[in-house]
Amino acid sequence: MKKITTGQKFIIYILLFILSIAFLFPFLWMVSTALKPTKEIMSTTPRFFVRPLLFKNFVRCMNYQNFKFTLYARNTLYLCFLSVVGIVFSSSLVAYGFSHIQWRGRNALFFLTLSTMMIPFPVVMTPLYALFRTYGWLGSFKPLWIPTFFGGAFSIFLLRQFFMTIPHDLTEAAHVDGAGEFRIYWQIILPLAKPALLVVALFQFMGSWNDFLGPLIYLPDQNTFTLAVGLQFFQSQHGGTEWNLLMAASTLVIAPVIFLFFLTQRTFIEGISLTGLKG
Amino acid sequence: MTRGERHNLFKGLLFTSPWLLGLGLFIAYPICASVYYSLTDFNIFLSPIFIGVDNYKNLLQDKLFWTTIYNTFFFAIFALPLSLVLSLSIALLLNQPIWMRSAFRTIFFLPSLVPLVALAILWQWIFNGQYGVLNYFLEKIISPVGLHPPNWMGDPLWTKPALIMTGLWGIGGGMIIYLAALQEVPAHLYEAAEIDGASVMGKFWHVTLPMISPVIYFNLVIGIIGTLQVFAVPFVMFGRGPASSTYFFAMYIYDNAFRYLKMGYASALAWIMFLMIFLLTLLATRLSRKHIYYGAE
Repeated sequence: MKKITTGQKFIIYILLFILSIAFLFPFLWMVSTALKPTKEIMSTTPRFFVRPLLFKNFVRCMNYQNFKFTLYARNTLYLCFLSVVGIVFSSSLVAYGFSHIQWRGRNALFFLTLSTMMIPFPVVMTPLYALFRTYGWLGSFKPLWIPTFFGGAFSIFLLRQFFMTIPHDLTEAAHVDGAGEFRIYWQIILPLAKPALLVVALFQFMGSWNDFLGPLIYLPDQNTFTLAVGLQFFQSQHGGTEWNLLMAASTLVIAPVIFLFFLTQRTFIEGISLTGLKG
Repeated sequence: MTRGERHNLFKGLLFTSPWLLGLGLFIAYPICASVYYSLTDFNIFLSPIFIGVDNYKNLLQDKLFWTTIYNTFFFAIFALPLSLVLSLSIALLLNQPIWMRSAFRTIFFLPSLVPLVALAILWQWIFNGQYGVLNYFLEKIISPVGLHPPNWMGDPLWTKPALIMTGLWGIGGGMIIYLAALQEVPAHLYEAAEIDGASVMGKFWHVTLPMISPVIYFNLVIGIIGTLQVFAVPFVMFGRGPASSTYFFAMYIYDNAFRYLKMGYASALAWIMFLMIFLLTLLATRLSRKHIYYGAE
């Protein structure tokens, strides 16, 4: 174990404490603003908590003029749900093909898969838009979830790395017992890979929840907005004045993600660590 | 090929078939189409008209092209090293034998979960010139020495620093990856260095840094790819910003494609973006090759 002196320890705590305040302060300020009356926002001496705390701001912002929180939340959850289902099933199937079946060209294809991660979205953005336009998908949620059913490079990579750690002896033995590949995938690999599947599901959920550019391009109609686009719309309409309601709405958009993180903290942190270590 | 091999090839292709289809449909086809569009005049409603390399010639004379390139590089040159240093420093602090490590880790990680639109709006409020909480505190600290806090949102000199600071709030993901790598460094290496009389800095330079170099490289490459595509935060926080000071390359591509419907020109710009990412990644790989230590694997 590394040894450090009490003095060094003291300095470390001081540094961590200062940094923690800097990292936490924006959250506190957001919630504090959300609970203030409008006239307090325009005060030149900001105070942290002003009585009475206006919890009703959270309700008010949910239906403030054109901002339809519940509708946007439903749209977002719909997208998140379909994308998570799509990515988990397709990527695990593909990752199985990249890990537990030996075939010619496998490694070359896997390398190709990895290299696609370097392609910036703007390169494929216009052709995809034109393609979805000819399919008649524009204005619907399809461009955002249907592609997830074909797998994603990052999730395939993550799951493949995990599947590789499952011993081949296990699948060999199942083969000897006469099990087909699909049964091995479904009954042996998937149950063993639950933590990795959860990581992929979480990342996809966060990705769909946070995505801005995608919905901005494909969903121009106000009734199909996701929370991210809806929030930006709210800001472009009422930014600069109704900061309390804007902060209340932002809090509502952030809260589910933070909640989900605390529910799955361990898996989450391990998942992120995993992405770096095998890079 | 034996029968067994052929059978395996069939099974392999079968299992990977969703991805092979997706690769073709959503990646390979758009890439080819994008190359073609970049050589055309295309407004989505009429079919593309081939114009050769005119789009590429035009962008050299396009003032906004150079402005957005400049802004993007300016941002990357500061944001990348600063976030590397900050996330690594925090990881180093957390790697010490301290109390409540996981509580601290959670605190530093949380901001990276915040959806970018909400993050941009929140910082817009913090940086607000009139009622912003940051300038309220800054004013108190620096007005005794005769200085006044800058107009973060309105002064073209200060919009980019504001964005860079905003970005630093979200370094949690990189920090977690560094921390995981630091915990993998074998303790006996530190012990050996201590016996040789190495100082704290000596241990850092000669043990820690080489051992985590693959992860630094990984974070750097991810950082290059992400930073050159920066879009949501400046778009929501500033739009183009005062004097186009926060008009970034990805925003310019977006505007060309979906505001001016110049899809051909947007495709040409997108390829320039790819080229920049590719060259920078190559450069990072070349420069780091000598310094990366893969021995532990």
